[in-house]
Amino acid sequence: MDLLYKIFVDPFLQMGTAPDLLVQTLWEGLVAGVLYSLIALGFVLIFKASGVFNFAQGIMVVFAALTLVGLHEHGVPAYLALALTIAVMFCLAFAVERLILRPLVNQPDIILFMATFGLTYFLIGFGELIFGGETKIMIANQLGLPRGAIDLKMAGGFVSIQKIDIAAAIIASLMVAGLAIFFQRTRIGRALRAVADSHRAALSVGISLEQIWVIVWFAAGLVALTTGIMWGARSDVSFALDVIALKALPVLILGGLTSIPGAIVGGLIIGVGEKLGEFYWGPLMGSGIESWFAYVIALIFLLFRPQGLFGERIIERI
Amino acid sequence: MRAVGGPDVAVGDVLLSVENVSLSFGGVKAVSDVSFDIRKGEIRAIIGPNGAGKTSMLNVINGFYQPQKGRITFKGQTRAKMRPHDAAYGGIARTFQNVALFRGMTALDNIMAGRTLKMHANFFWQLLRYGPALREEVEHREHVEEIIDFLKIQEIRRVPVGRLPYGLQKRVELGRALAMEPELLLLDEPMAGMNLEEKEDMSRFVLDVNDHYGTTIALIEHDMGVVMDLSDRVVVLDHGNKIADGTPDEVKRNQAVIDAYLGVAH
Repeated sequence: MDLLYKIFVDPFLQMGTAPDLLVQTLWEGLVAGVLYSLIALGFVLIFKASGVFNFAQGIMVVFAALTLVGLHEHGVPAYLALALTIAVMFCLAFAVERLILRPLVNQPDIILFMATFGLTYFLIGFGELIFGGETKIMIANQLGLPRGAIDLKMAGGFVSIQKIDIAAAIIASLMVAGLAIFFQRTRIGRALRAVADSHRAALSVGISLEQIWVIVWFAAGLVALTTGIMWGARSDVSFALDVIALKALPVLILGGLTSIPGAIVGGLIIGVGEKLGEFYWGPLMGSGIESWFAYVIALIFLLFRPQGLFGERIIERI
Repeated sequence: MRAVGGPDVAVGDVLLSVENVSLSFGGVKAVSDVSFDIRKGEIRAIIGPNGAGKTSMLNVINGFYQPQKGRITFKGQTRAKMRPHDAAYGGIARTFQNVALFRGMTALDNIMAGRTLKMHANFFWQLLRYGPALREEVEHREHVEEIIDFLKIQEIRRVPVGRLPYGLQKRVELGRALAMEPELLLLDEPMAGMNLEEKEDMSRFVLDVNDHYGTTIALIEHDMGVVMDLSDRVVVLDHGNKIADGTPDEVKRNQAVIDAYLGVAH
């Protein structure tokens, strides 16, 4: 009885008695959720256009952030370093198409998936070789990102909001809106969706698969860079960051592998659910449930909607 | 360019000629030593029983398959190898036997996708969807709307094509090919699986495209009535070999063709 009370009643009472804490927790959850969404978005972009589940997306985040910080450490001004990092991400996309996708075209999906494992370890080794393995600090200030916090008086108390989090939310929203317009309303966007739907039809209207793959990996690289900057500014830049890629898995289960809105909503749900779970239900289990609670949420969703929130419904003809 | 042989129903110069093309997959010969030509402005039918190599032939012309032997001359340029992208760039458009549309996209977007090669605004303008990229969208949209009017599919332009009935999907697919403003249009069984009314509609569209845009058309079809009515010249394949080539009337009377279709006592 006591346990049931602690699980089903007490947390909600706490929410009611201290609404400011609830708002604070929700905000923290949303901010974490935005970053999860961005990582999941990188996966979705590549999966949609080339059918490859890119295991390396997490490490691409680290690699992008590391390149940016590493260049700055070598005396390159911040904005130039940013431009150079974008160029590096483009070269990476180009190299991936030439060296991995093109030779493996028409191979089973599992082969391509394994190839992205290889890419992951290559990027780890290559990044360490060039920039060293030690933890670095993101150059958030030099890039003009705000610092400090704002205290808002609301809900009968104070809610503290980090300025960098606001910036992250705004930048992520702009990026998602931009990608949505790009995908829906331009020639290249149409070509991307076309390739996702039918390779031979895309070829017949003169769309070049090679070009599309470069573009989509580059787009995923840009998303990775943005994620790397935002995440790096909140903690720091190290290879430990790639565990956040694992956070993308429950988001993808929730949102569906092929849906951009799914990645966004899924990320927010996981972020908020995780923080609420940690804050209100965590103490019951001695805390630290944040690392696995996301999977529980995803599992529960999976029971009811195996195709994810926005995923394409799988209809079997018999 | 080689001299045109065969019956004298010339509509124009030779647009595409296929010379001694052979294609095999492993040990299976799909096409062996086939030659024929397609003249500017005509409707050319490729017929034959199942497994005759008709679709393989189309795939060779459009660059999906690379023939092991033979040459293909298109617009006076001879090539041994061509990629689908080059074919599309050179003005060859096609439709597919079992409809290959972009199922998640609307009819309008599908047809707009046919304009891909005509649009040139670069990646960064596209990202912003501003300036040249926006102007281009509007300009090409006009052309696409004309095609939509021509094919009478105004009311379905916002519908994702996956939800459309088969007959309309075929029409959207034709629209996408037309949006490329092709010089040579390859139609792989445009009337397959249609009812009589839809077949008549589609036949009219094919004739109109030929008249109105002056597009040269090569089509594969099983319905003999349709083939005889539509085409100027017919090439007949059987087991990968060419067995006849000529006007519909000539082909109809050809003993080899009759044997191939009706079977022959051995």
